[in-house]
Amino acid sequence: MEPGTLSTYLKRGAIWGFIVLELIFFSIAGEFLSLSDKPFMDLDNMLLLFKQSAPIGIIAIGMTLIMINGNIDLSVGAIFAMSAVIFLDSMTWPIFAGLGDAVIPVAWVLALLTGVGLGAINGLIVWKTGVDAFIVTLGAMLGYRGLVFMYNGEQPTSHLNWTLVDFAEAQFLGIHTATWFLLGVTLVLWFIMTRTVHGRNAYAIGDNREAAVNAGIRVGPHFLINFMIIGFLAALSAVVFYAESGSVNPNDGELYELWAITAVVLGGTKLAGGSGSIISTFGGVLAIQLLRKGLGHIGADTETVNLVIGLILIAVLFLDRQLNLKGREALRI
Amino acid sequence: MSEITSKTANETPAARSKGARPVQLGVIGTFLARQGILVAFALFMIGFTIANERFLDPDNIMGVIRSSAILGVMALGVTFVVISGNLDLSVGSMMSFATIVVLDLHDKLGPALAIPSMYAMVLCLGAFIGFLVGYLRLNSLIVTLGMLSAIHGLTLTYSGGKNMDIADKEGTWFDVFGQSAVLGIPVPILLFALLASGLGIMLAKTPFGRKVYAVGGNGTAATFSGIRRARVVFTCYLISAFCVATAGLIQASRSLGSQNTVGQGLELEVLAAVILGGASLMGGAGTIFKTVIGVLILGFIQNGLLLVGLQFYAQYVVTWIIIILAVWLDIAAKRGKLWSPIA
Repeated sequence: MEPGTLSTYLKRGAIWGFIVLELIFFSIAGEFLSLSDKPFMDLDNMLLLFKQSAPIGIIAIGMTLIMINGNIDLSVGAIFAMSAVIFLDSMTWPIFAGLGDAVIPVAWVLALLTGVGLGAINGLIVWKTGVDAFIVTLGAMLGYRGLVFMYNGEQPTSHLNWTLVDFAEAQFLGIHTATWFLLGVTLVLWFIMTRTVHGRNAYAIGDNREAAVNAGIRVGPHFLINFMIIGFLAALSAVVFYAESGSVNPNDGELYELWAITAVVLGGTKLAGGSGSIISTFGGVLAIQLLRKGLGHIGADTETVNLVIGLILIAVLFLDRQLNLKGREALRI
Repeated sequence: MSEITSKTANETPAARSKGARPVQLGVIGTFLARQGILVAFALFMIGFTIANERFLDPDNIMGVIRSSAILGVMALGVTFVVISGNLDLSVGSMMSFATIVVLDLHDKLGPALAIPSMYAMVLCLGAFIGFLVGYLRLNSLIVTLGMLSAIHGLTLTYSGGKNMDIADKEGTWFDVFGQSAVLGIPVPILLFALLASGLGIMLAKTPFGRKVYAVGGNGTAATFSGIRRARVVFTCYLISAFCVATAGLIQASRSLGSQNTVGQGLELEVLAAVILGGASLMGGAGTIFKTVIGVLILGFIQNGLLLVGLQFYAQYVVTWIIIILAVWLDIAAKRGKLWSPIA
């Protein structure tokens, strides 16, 4: 630990340093380049930023768990869409016709169950067949997306419930509903990962699966639970997002998995598993959203965001590798 | 030599009777698991033929292969990358880039110059990825994930977010790659077959091909036996980029106009075809021939399900089930047990 202490701190805090840099850069650049008079660090602007990062953020938090385990989930975008379709459609089902606004919690439960169920299918397959999670969820990404399309064809599924819209647009203590959900999820999962046996086991399994098995950790059920958690979170993200917009296209949520993974990796979680933190992922989510908003603020084409994020992701990977390799040059082949 | 063979042959049943492995798959099970993809392919073809006689119609078969050609050409390159133990998630957005660039340059430089310029640009992108993954030894999943996003951004910036169209669609010979036929065989199929046989021979019969397997099978061992790992990985990404450029060329020539998201999501379908063909994501296993089979299975399932009367999107669900079954059986055959030993 001794020689690495400083660099360890640097690496832990890197994402927050990056966020501060972004804030400074966009504030200063905004003075000269922005067309609007509002400063970038405007309170409303920042609140909106949190709200907009919620849908991907909630999923990314769950993805952290999966990646700490050494797995990956490519099907979250499809689970997101399927849950959204069930959420909006179930409110129009004839059996719930007499419920009035009481249909909302029913729809919530159905959507969340959908997410948990689809996640559980992934988890069970990974557990029972031993097929790599990458392949299982790659297949599921196609399969679940197929289910979404089969449900309603290429038509959007729409249902606008004004009570829900009011709920989604409410600002409790000035903070949007979606943000509260993001903060809540972050807090709960941070607690699970740092203060519970389940969290400890997740790190142990990701770090060294053999050793974890030998220590008596049941790897399979553990995977299952984590896939159910990410399914739940993908559904939660859908429930929060579509309360406001009220219409879901069958293509919605495409590439969400890639955005979520990008946020997780920016937060410093290793693909190999065994390390990573929920709070850093939260930082990664904010960093991406800041970049999007910031580039828009200084008048850059929104298209450049993809370019910049992609290159930053590669740069982060490169820097991380350089920091980790320090002093071990001799071992390089 | 014969001694060794007979010895192993004698030992296997002995080990079995000892019960070292509780559930054995048996000879038939092992064969099914090893060649399962071919068996499944045959079963599907027979099933669809019985269900609808139009399925075996030469026109239909030609149509299926023709529409699979773009996916197939990309899958050939990705096979090299996967066998060398890496991933390429950027092929989808790279294909969009190739399509947009060649369409744009067509009007500016004329087709004869546009095509080589596009190839050069796409190969540069491939070289960049190859440099990052091969020489800098960065994780290929994240690098190509980053490149997926970056190239998408590049395409949007290049095209200004607009669709790209060829101005004079009648007066150009550019459509030969996508729309014409030679001796009754559509050119996309010819290109696919040409590339498949060329790359297939390259992978199976040349020293370079062996090196690809060696690097993917055990990179450290390959390095110690004097193989320049970085160079092999780099070349694999160049091959992948070349295939993507060809796919983009076919796509552009077929439609003579394109959205800038034309290849979006293809990277995962390509990967699905490669995995279906039995290439291992760990590297070191897979062949071009089996990848072609994987591509054809995807194509024929889509077509067959439509002819049987199922919805278009049912193919995705079927593909999902087939991918998992294929990989599962493959693993099961290797470990000799159907169910995973994970506790």
